[in-house]
Amino acid sequence: MKIVVLVKHVPEPTATWKFAPDLTVDRAGVEGRLSELDEYAVEQAARLAESGAASEVVFLTVGPAKAAEGLRKALAIGGDKAVHVLDDAIHGSCALGTSLVLAKALEKVGYDLVLTGMASTDAELSVVPQMVADRLGANQATFAGELTVDGGQVSIRRDTDAASERVAVTLPAVVSVTDQTGEARYPAFKAIMAAKKKPIETMSLADLGVAADQVGLGAASVRTVDVSPTPPRTAGTIVTDEGEGGKQLADFLAGRGFI
Amino acid sequence: MSEVLVVAETTSSGVRKPTLELLTAARALGEPAAIVFGAADDAVVAALGEYGATKVYAVDAPEVGEFLSLPKAEAVVQIAQQASPVAVLLTSGPEGKDIAARVAVRLGAGVVPDATKVELAGDTVTTTQSVFAGRFQAKSEVTRGPAVVTMRPNATSAEPAAASPSVEAVSVSVSDAAKGAKITSREPKVSTGRPELTDAAVVVAGGRGVGSQEGFAVIERAADALGGAVGASRTVTDQHWAPHELQVGQTGKTVAPSLYVAAGISGAIQHRAGMQSSKTIVVVNKDPKAPIFQIADYGVVGDLHAVLPALVDEVARRKG
Repeated sequence: MKIVVLVKHVPEPTATWKFAPDLTVDRAGVEGRLSELDEYAVEQAARLAESGAASEVVFLTVGPAKAAEGLRKALAIGGDKAVHVLDDAIHGSCALGTSLVLAKALEKVGYDLVLTGMASTDAELSVVPQMVADRLGANQATFAGELTVDGGQVSIRRDTDAASERVAVTLPAVVSVTDQTGEARYPAFKAIMAAKKKPIETMSLADLGVAADQVGLGAASVRTVDVSPTPPRTAGTIVTDEGEGGKQLADFLAGRGFI
Repeated sequence: MSEVLVVAETTSSGVRKPTLELLTAARALGEPAAIVFGAADDAVVAALGEYGATKVYAVDAPEVGEFLSLPKAEAVVQIAQQASPVAVLLTSGPEGKDIAARVAVRLGAGVVPDATKVELAGDTVTTTQSVFAGRFQAKSEVTRGPAVVTMRPNATSAEPAAASPSVEAVSVSVSDAAKGAKITSREPKVSTGRPELTDAAVVVAGGRGVGSQEGFAVIERAADALGGAVGASRTVTDQHWAPHELQVGQTGKTVAPSLYVAAGISGAIQHRAGMQSSKTIVVVNKDPKAPIFQIADYGVVGDLHAVLPALVDEVARRKG
């Protein structure tokens, strides 16, 4: 079984984020990292390789030159090689455009199982995996809290508000995993050094047979017209409990009509 | 006026509140038409009509309960191709996202997940999203319609506006391609009798400061005193002091109740992303430097194990 894990290099969540004049995220001017939620998918792939269920693990990313740092981090956790789709024309693509590029790249790379995180920690859309599955004609199971593979069948647990469900999915399939699947290992120094020797292949839109005008900001189906900082909340009243804290809190809640 | 398709969510007790919020939002865009899966009985149709649905599409396909999301997505695509709606609205959540993504690809339409507002400017659907852990508000225009939008529960309030919906039965033939993810078992969640976390007007949430599974009972008692739902930080659910479905934050639920009480929660950015739109925020924490105090309307620096039981006693005393 060949696994391809889709990964994204995102701005560090605690960094100060800025927007470029075209209202896309300024990725050049901010420290980045492998999206934390993708690490769970990388970890699942590494475990499946260790158990012998996966014969090959490839990491695939779409992004600017710096996105290769995300691939190096994934390769330090596990996997055999990586593919980086790098093309200036992709800048500003909407979810439809991004999913087209990923689907074309997956067709070229080949796959049995595509693993992804539940969302990127920058755009947080949670729709690209399903779009990729639709374009590939592959089966799909999203938001898996647990994942096992048995032959050509993937079994997942998916929790909803109403129930905990078990779902059986036949390969080839796209599966997104949540943070419930288990923390990614912390790569040892030796693994980080070994990752530097693993190959990263770079592909352009032309390599994938995607025309530049099918993707990018110009082709986007959703256009951002304004981005403003959320107004800060006005400072509240802070009291220190000296035995009366519960009563003081009750007074505040009663004043707001909650009691 | 064009139709606005609203993918309704119903339970054994009727139409879910987030669906009523969608109907309210849909009225600003066109004529709300609800899509109901399974039995569209009189009570469900009446509830949808009360919030402005002028039409109800009743989809009768037994397969929708047997497979993950895709049969529903096919049905929505089929209805959208005939109704040519200005927008398709869904509730944010695993199934809502699954359906929205598939519908958008099939219709070549723009998708906006997790919108907090949806409006019509001329013929263009515009949306507002709270992005990057709630730090920015992004306004967008959908340039290729119909706009496929998932809306966060509690972002808008549900306001009734009576209409008498016509009911149209829709038969859907589910393709084999939509049957690739079969639900093999379903273990229903045990009901606690408390309000649903995403629907509740009051949420009392506990974090690391509760200290243990037994300690979490303090949170439950405070929630019950205030008639609220129970929430938890990721630390608490990772430690199994409370079940995962109670997790509030980036990888859990996003809530925006009238009152959010955060007890023993330090306020990591991932947690704040899930609750900072709450109207009133109350914080109880031993550490005066906890970042969550920065967004508190009222804060008590103190031990939650002393402050919350005292609050529960006060509530009981005042209610007599």
